[in-house]
Amino acid sequence: MSEKAHKKEIMKFAAWKTVSRAALILSLAALAAVIIFVLIRGIPYVNAHLLFGEYSTRNPSIKPALIGTLYLILISVSIAAPIGIGSAIFLTEYTKSKSRLVRIIRVAVETLAGIPSIVYGIFGYLVFVVALGFGYSMIGGGITLAVMILPVIVRSTEESLLAVPLSLREGSFALGSSKFKTIFSVILPCAASGIVTSLILAIGRVISESAVLILTIGMVVDRIPDGFASPGTSLALDVYYFGSHGYPEQAAATGVVLLVLVVSINILATVLGKVFGKGELANG
Amino acid sequence: MNKAYRFIKARDNVMRGIFLFCAVFSVMALGCICVFLFAEGLPFIGKVGPANFFGTTWHLDSAAYGILSMIVASLYVTALSTAIGVTAGLFTAISLYKFCPPKAVPPIRQMINLLAGIPSVIFGLFGLIIIVPFLRDVISPNGMGYGILAASLVLSVMILPTIVSVSLDALNAVPKNYFEGAIALGATKEQSVFKVMLPAAKSGVLAAVVLSIGRAIGETMAVIMVIGNSPVMPTSLFQSVRTMTANIALGATELSGDAATALVATGVVLFFFTLLLNLSISLLRGGGGRERKGA
Repeated sequence: MSEKAHKKEIMKFAAWKTVSRAALILSLAALAAVIIFVLIRGIPYVNAHLLFGEYSTRNPSIKPALIGTLYLILISVSIAAPIGIGSAIFLTEYTKSKSRLVRIIRVAVETLAGIPSIVYGIFGYLVFVVALGFGYSMIGGGITLAVMILPVIVRSTEESLLAVPLSLREGSFALGSSKFKTIFSVILPCAASGIVTSLILAIGRVISESAVLILTIGMVVDRIPDGFASPGTSLALDVYYFGSHGYPEQAAATGVVLLVLVVSINILATVLGKVFGKGELANG
Repeated sequence: MNKAYRFIKARDNVMRGIFLFCAVFSVMALGCICVFLFAEGLPFIGKVGPANFFGTTWHLDSAAYGILSMIVASLYVTALSTAIGVTAGLFTAISLYKFCPPKAVPPIRQMINLLAGIPSVIFGLFGLIIIVPFLRDVISPNGMGYGILAASLVLSVMILPTIVSVSLDALNAVPKNYFEGAIALGATKEQSVFKVMLPAAKSGVLAAVVLSIGRAIGETMAVIMVIGNSPVMPTSLFQSVRTMTANIALGATELSGDAATALVATGVVLFFFTLLLNLSISLLRGGGGRERKGA
């Protein structure tokens, strides 16, 4: 290669470097813009009435949505957490990773994770609204969400179980503990922080979700749900409802509430992970 | 064998059974989803006829359930948003990998991870109050803000965090001595990154692309708020069209009878696309499971 061509080649790649730096700035700016604009548009309209007032057509509030969201978190996490943690324990503690059963389970979990939420919504609609005849209900939406967050819990719990050193298990067995004792007294306490973090992230998913709910809980924005069998709404659903039914200010304000909630949950998960992570290092 | 020992043994077996049930639950759930969807959707496609269902007219009063225009719109939006998102995201990852002060990387990564958790409806809201008016007033040739371009822009920002994280992980997984080797052979830092490290991370980057295609084609709320939702064949970037996901969500609370079943059948088509994508992801990953660390 002549010296000139060589120089040109180097210049070309230097240009690519500039392009990637520009992309970094552009990406960060775009993501920041989403948050900043929603905050700017929404914060002026966040007020006590919107949060806790009575709903009326002229002056809507998100009180039904707040209560609905709590219902959904309660139902979905209390179903998905035991099942998800149980399957992670089975996958890490009871099986060799090459067996056929494990492969089938893994493929199922991966596939569940890749299914679009609207398809979960149709499933929930067919099962709970049509086949079981519940109509639109919190319990139907909650169970559907539980299936949806199951892969999240399984995968991250599995990771925290795998991070528990093998030597702890061997030590426990060597002392004569049963498998039961080893799992509940040694492995689970060691992995507790990771599991709690995964549950918090799952709660974040539940709060963020809306496409599932439009098909299962019915988007009834004006009434507070009066039980598990009652239809209702959620925060994310309210953002959509207000945005598409002529309440742009309320939509932005609800968006702010949702954003603050989700971001603080994610920060909580990160901080918890870090605090516990350090503690474990010190002990280990 | 004493009683206490037998009790412990029995307890271990019962627990194993319970954990096994939990693990098989995912398989059963997936089975249920497939059965319910296909049992409801496929007979419907048979009943109205594939020519009707994959036709171009969606007009419920005359029993025309053609979703071709929505499939096309979904594919357009997915292709455009993935193209924008992957270009920006991949370069961002490269920049974070080598062309960025090392101290700035962890906070930026953390921020991007945080942004990955933002609800899609927030992106939809952003599109509705900022992007759609901007396109309508500044860019659009026909005074229409809603449409494929608006949806693609919103989605490309939404899938950015995923692409950046996955491609950065892929780049970080390439052995460091490739880079050192390239430098030792006289390549500049930029040459080493673009000509050695990036090709070596190819499969991981491809996984990021497939992953974001999956998110883009399945996204409902962010799209429904900015695309306009008219069931017509897309001919322009600035035209109200409807995707498959939007079709399902829009009809969900209003339709009944055959029209509601048509939504389920739309879901079957969408589900089919997702299964294809899932299959290609597992092929890309080589079907490897998680390995025990340090063993």
